[in-house]
Amino acid sequence: MSLSDQEKNRYSRHILLEKVGLKGQEQLKSAKVLVIGAGGLGCPVLQYLTAAGVGTIGIVDFDRVDATNLQRQILYTVSDIGENKAISAKNRLTQLNPHVAFDVYPEKLTTKNAIELFKKFDIVVDGTDNFSTRYLVNDACVITGKPLVYGAIFKFEGQVTVFNYKNGPTYRCLFPDPPKAGSVPSCSDVGVIGVLPGLIGTQQANEVLKMILEIGESLSGKLLTYDALENSFLTLNVNRSEEEVQKVLGNADEFENIDYDFFCGITNDPKVNEISVSELKEWLDNSRDVQIIDVRESWEQPQVEELNAINIPLNAIPSNFEKIDKNKETIVFCQHGIRSLNCIEYLEQKGFDNLINLEGGIVNW
Amino acid sequence: MTLIIKYFGMVAEASCKKEEVLEFNNLPVQNLRNDLLKKYPRLATVDFKIAVNQSFVNDNFVLTGSEEVALLPPFAGG
Repeated sequence: MSLSDQEKNRYSRHILLEKVGLKGQEQLKSAKVLVIGAGGLGCPVLQYLTAAGVGTIGIVDFDRVDATNLQRQILYTVSDIGENKAISAKNRLTQLNPHVAFDVYPEKLTTKNAIELFKKFDIVVDGTDNFSTRYLVNDACVITGKPLVYGAIFKFEGQVTVFNYKNGPTYRCLFPDPPKAGSVPSCSDVGVIGVLPGLIGTQQANEVLKMILEIGESLSGKLLTYDALENSFLTLNVNRSEEEVQKVLGNADEFENIDYDFFCGITNDPKVNEISVSELKEWLDNSRDVQIIDVRESWEQPQVEELNAINIPLNAIPSNFEKIDKNKETIVFCQHGIRSLNCIEYLEQKGFDNLINLEGGIVNW
Repeated sequence: MTLIIKYFGMVAEASCKKEEVLEFNNLPVQNLRNDLLKKYPRLATVDFKIAVNQSFVNDNFVLTGSEEVALLPPFAGG
């Protein structure tokens, strides 16, 4: 795909590089990259791929920009709060580079849309924030034969690698089974240092560019781990497991019907009672006598005054649970319903037996 | 033999340290895993993979000498 004079000027610092040149820049323009998730990792990936002149970029994200995202999701501004991330990202990126074509998917990635979507692109980048989507993305890449540039973060640490590239390992070769549901908290539950997704996402963008340009050495078969507190990297070798790959390929016909939430243990745990936001609103309208516990930190938003909730942050529960009336029907909530679930599991060990989790958390209020 | 054990993510939170040196003469990795689970009960709630000298191994892998062992949990954050 040839470049206009304006583009040649724009990309001159690339073209000057012997390993890129005009040919490499044309390869970038011909490339089609799909980025799943326009959050902490997706933002830097999208920004650098757009600046670099990748010709077609797909963006998948159903989520909306929230004030708490702005500490790390650098594409968004205050005026984007409440807007869909994929659309907001496209608007910002088009200002950065009008020579790039963006395909925007402001929807959830599912087993129903993944295969057709992935077929349209050359490379897939995983910037998602949960295990069930990560396994879904991996399996769809294996089935469609697309390389997957993987990144994941936790507090001050990150992991980067390339999966399913030139007969290399896949995500399932490294982690065949998902961890126990709820055992690995998300950024929204335990926090993340803002620059970390920047560092890891930039590494992912670098792997994408090297792959398109066919230069350097791919991270395929090597998991790069990063610790921001020590500023240290460690590379671990990952082997391909033919058995894991064949399991996915063998189930390819059934892919559309696989329940990845179920696979990752995310089901409505029958042991824990749950209530939806709308049901709780009805209870309050009917003045039902119920005790409500907020296990978030005191500053977390939204604060819903009509709940008259008792605020005991999760970490303070072990030393403060006597404040909770054991004889009353009790609803426990947090931002997304994970910490409250942990709290309920803890309190049940302490003899509480009438606890109800607010499904999906208070963000749905 | 002397092992250098490196802990990552939630594994480091369960052990309350990022690295330690252990004397260990109980050869398969499974035994090391069990010893660490006894030493750090909180590890029981964490899924993790074990790498020896920068390569992931299964629990039957036999430790042979002074090796560097990494305990790595999966991350999902993005």
